[in-house]
Amino acid sequence: MSVLVLAESSKGKFKKSSFEVVSYGKKVAEQLETNLVVLTINATENETLYKYGAEKVLTVSNEALATFNVKIIANIVKQAAEKEKAQVIVLDSNANGLYVAPLVAVNLDAGYASNAVALPSSLSPFVVKRKAFSNKAFNNSEISTEVKVISLAKNSYGVFEDEVSGTSENFSPEIISTNLTSESIEQTTGKVTIADADIVVSGGRGLKGPENWEMIEELASVLDAATACSKPVSDLGWRPHSEHVGQTGKPVASNLYIAIGISGAIQHLAGINSSKVKVVINTDPEAPFFKAADYGIVGDAFEVVPKLIEKLKEFKANNA
Amino acid sequence: MKILVCISHVPDTTSKINFTENNTKFDSNGVQYVINPYDEFALTRAMWFKEKQGANITVISVGDASVEPTLRKALAIGADNAIRVNALATDGFVVAKELAEVIKNNTYDLILAGKESIDYNGGMVPGMVATLLDYNFVNACVNLEIEEDKATASREIDGGKEVLSCNLPLVIAGQKGLVEEKDLRIPNMRGIMMARKKPLTIVESTTNETTTATTSFEKPAPKSACKLIDADNVEELINLLHNEAKII
Repeated sequence: MSVLVLAESSKGKFKKSSFEVVSYGKKVAEQLETNLVVLTINATENETLYKYGAEKVLTVSNEALATFNVKIIANIVKQAAEKEKAQVIVLDSNANGLYVAPLVAVNLDAGYASNAVALPSSLSPFVVKRKAFSNKAFNNSEISTEVKVISLAKNSYGVFEDEVSGTSENFSPEIISTNLTSESIEQTTGKVTIADADIVVSGGRGLKGPENWEMIEELASVLDAATACSKPVSDLGWRPHSEHVGQTGKPVASNLYIAIGISGAIQHLAGINSSKVKVVINTDPEAPFFKAADYGIVGDAFEVVPKLIEKLKEFKANNA
Repeated sequence: MKILVCISHVPDTTSKINFTENNTKFDSNGVQYVINPYDEFALTRAMWFKEKQGANITVISVGDASVEPTLRKALAIGADNAIRVNALATDGFVVAKELAEVIKNNTYDLILAGKESIDYNGGMVPGMVATLLDYNFVNACVNLEIEEDKATASREIDGGKEVLSCNLPLVIAGQKGLVEEKDLRIPNMRGIMMARKKPLTIVESTTNETTTATTSFEKPAPKSACKLIDADNVEELINLLHNEAKII
């Protein structure tokens, strides 16, 4: 018996969310009184996982896996799960994690709970709390199969250090053939992505035009944040669609979401409900966003934001 | 080309979410049901293929008779026929098995669905259907082109997108980008009249082995009121974010 976590890496390095799934997996393994095994693929810093409780790291190194192929990865997870007799398999809720998890569940004939936000509240029956209704509620999902697959919602559990003297083992799974081919990958250049960002600065129609986005970008730069926008802004072509946050755009689960000139339509709020702290800056005191926010400033963005940038720069200089 | 579009029947985005029977059942009282918004992108892309390249579109939903108005709406938008699998969609894996069974008994070149439903947000059904049938699958799909039996699809990745190619048959879990929101279709009166005459076939359920079940629902704890900060005192916001929220 074991708990198996797939810790994803990009160019060999783990993301913060990988440490979160390992931290979560470690605690589930403790609950089940079993060991945590972490599967990595072409990662270069496997020993860093010991710090988060990875007792055993199964390392796969294979040039053929340089690009992500969902069928191949799901099959490798299956092989690792069978080898390690995994009872619970935990994956990330990033784009790749959510892609591969349902395939793993079918491969192992396992019940699958996505968007888990807490440790299992009960082991027998096995019940895990997950997000539902576009973050307007949770459901406690009982997984009745012997093997269980969970994807952990980003920023819902946290990263916890629990140093162990782990071991690494090379693993050479069979690589299945598939005719699904990756032709190209386009990465947004250099900027912090909405998915990775701890802080997101978002602008709405209140900014009046794309020419006014400089201050949003400057505020994001001071905070090391990603930039985002509301749906009307992307529909108007002021900002790229990849920045549209909301129900049909990107979901945000950052620690801090700053909404500037966004009134807070229900579809927008559905996309940002998972953010921990929300700040709204809007001229309209009746804007629905004030009901959803933790902190608010009723004021003109063109006056408030430059002052905020200036004071944040001072704060950063004093707290460097 | 034969296209199957999987449709979820979900509460409208603006619905108040409440539960009954000691928080074990969703309260559908006064709730307006709609085509799942992500499935609308899939249906509209199917319509695009029908109009540009020629295709026959079947829409399918797993549910009791209450899902039929949603299927009729899809027919009014332009689908050619509809299938309802007579089973309750309580478990995504079961829904995937029901759909896979229908697909096995028919031949579809392309299976389109939304990347998740806005009620249970499982995001699992399309990938499971593809795996059960050993079809290719592209998740979070933001573009799709078909030329004869070859598909080129783009999927959203964290911080960018990836272009993939494969042969048909293919399962796509789509989202905005597959078509733009401004291109989504609204049924017109002629479509609504024609939809009444289009075939809606009821297929009986083939599986009842569930893998997951909801034991109870919870709503988030009530939020404390928004702390308002004077527009002339942005330092106070920085102070609160640093000392109270401990974010910066």
